Amino acid sequence: MAQESGQQHPISIYFWIWGLLFVLSFFSYMVDYLDFQGALRRSLILLFMFLKAGFIVGIFMHMAWERLALKVAILVPPVALMVLILLMTYEADYTFLTRIDFFGEVAPAPIHQ
Amino acid sequence: MSEAVMTDTGDVLPGGAKGIVADFAADKQAFAVPWGKAMMWFFLLSDTFIFGCFLTSYMTVRMSARDAWPVPSEVFALSFGGEPIPLILIAIMTFILISSSGTMAMAVNMGYRGERNKAFWLMMATAAFGVMFVSMQAFEWTKLIVDDGVRLWSNPMGAAQFGATFFMITGFHGLHVSAGVIFLIVIGRRVKSGFYDRTRGNYEMVEITGLYWHFVDLVWVFIFAFFYLW
Repeated sequence: MAQESGQQHPISIYFWIWGLLFVLSFFSYMVDYLDFQGALRRSLILLFMFLKAGFIVGIFMHMAWERLALKVAILVPPVALMVLILLMTYEADYTFLTRIDFFGEVAPAPIHQ
Repeated sequence: MSEAVMTDTGDVLPGGAKGIVADFAADKQAFAVPWGKAMMWFFLLSDTFIFGCFLTSYMTVRMSARDAWPVPSEVFALSFGGEPIPLILIAIMTFILISSSGTMAMAVNMGYRGERNKAFWLMMATAAFGVMFVSMQAFEWTKLIVDDGVRLWSNPMGAAQFGATFFMITGFHGLHVSAGVIFLIVIGRRVKSGFYDRTRGNYEMVEITGLYWHFVDLVWVFIFAFFYLW
C-alpha cells in the first residue's frame, strides 16, 4: 500500500535523475556542437528531449507514483496537440507552395556577418 | 506505481484500471490527492496547451517561410575572445535550469522530512538560479535587439518570422520563470516562519510550488529542442 498524501522517496533517486538530466542535456548540446545534420540530428534531438521530459514529469513531478486516474486526466489531453501539429503541417506546406507559386523560388539567404 | 491506496477515512481505493472507474465514480472526490495539487496539475495542463500552441505556430511559420530561416547555432553563438562557440549561452542557461530543478526536488523532500531550514535554503537556491536564468535571457535579448537588429517584424539574417516567434516564446517562458521566483520566495518565507507547522502541519505546498517550477524546466526542454537545436 502506498501513502495517500506526501510523496516521500529516498534522496538517492533524485540525485540519480539529476545527474542523468545533466548527461542528457550535454548530449543534446553535443548534437549541435558536433554539427550532426538531417534525420540523425532530428531523431537525436527528439530522443533526448522525450527522455528528459519523461524523467522530469515521472520522477521530479512524482507522476510515476500518482494514481492512474490523475495520470490519465493530465497526460491524455495533450495528445490533442498531436492532431493540431498534424493539421498545421499540411497547412504550412500549402502556404509554402502557394508562396512559391506567387513569389517565385526560394530567395537566396542574405550573407550573415 | 498505481496500486491500491488507503485514504484518511480508511476507505481502500483499488489500483489499475479498476482504480480509474472507482476514482471517477467517487461520491466526494475523483483524485486522491490534496486539492491544491490537483488544481496545480490542471493549471499546468492549461499551460501545456498555451506553450503547445506557441510551438505549433512557430512550426507553421517556419515551415511556410520562403526566406531562409536564421541558423540558431550561429545566431546564438558567443565568443570569449577566440572563435565563437555555438549556442554556448543557451547551453549554460539549460544547465542552470536543470540545477534549479534538482535543488527544488531536494527542497520538496526536505519539506516532507520536516527539515524547515534546509527546505527554505534549497528554495532560495532555486530562486537564485531562476534569477540567473532570467538575467542571462535579458543579456541574450539585448544582444539580439541592439547588436543584431532583430525586430518582431524583421531581422537582417533571413525569415522575418524569426523575431516574432523568438520573442513571443522565450518571453512567455521568461515570464513564467520570473513568476516562479516570486512564488518560491513567498512560499519559502512561509516555510521558514513555520507557517505550515502551525496550520496543517504538512508541506504539500512545497511540492505544489515544485510542480510549477519543474514544469517551467520542462517547457524549456521543448523550447531548447525545437527552437535552438532544430
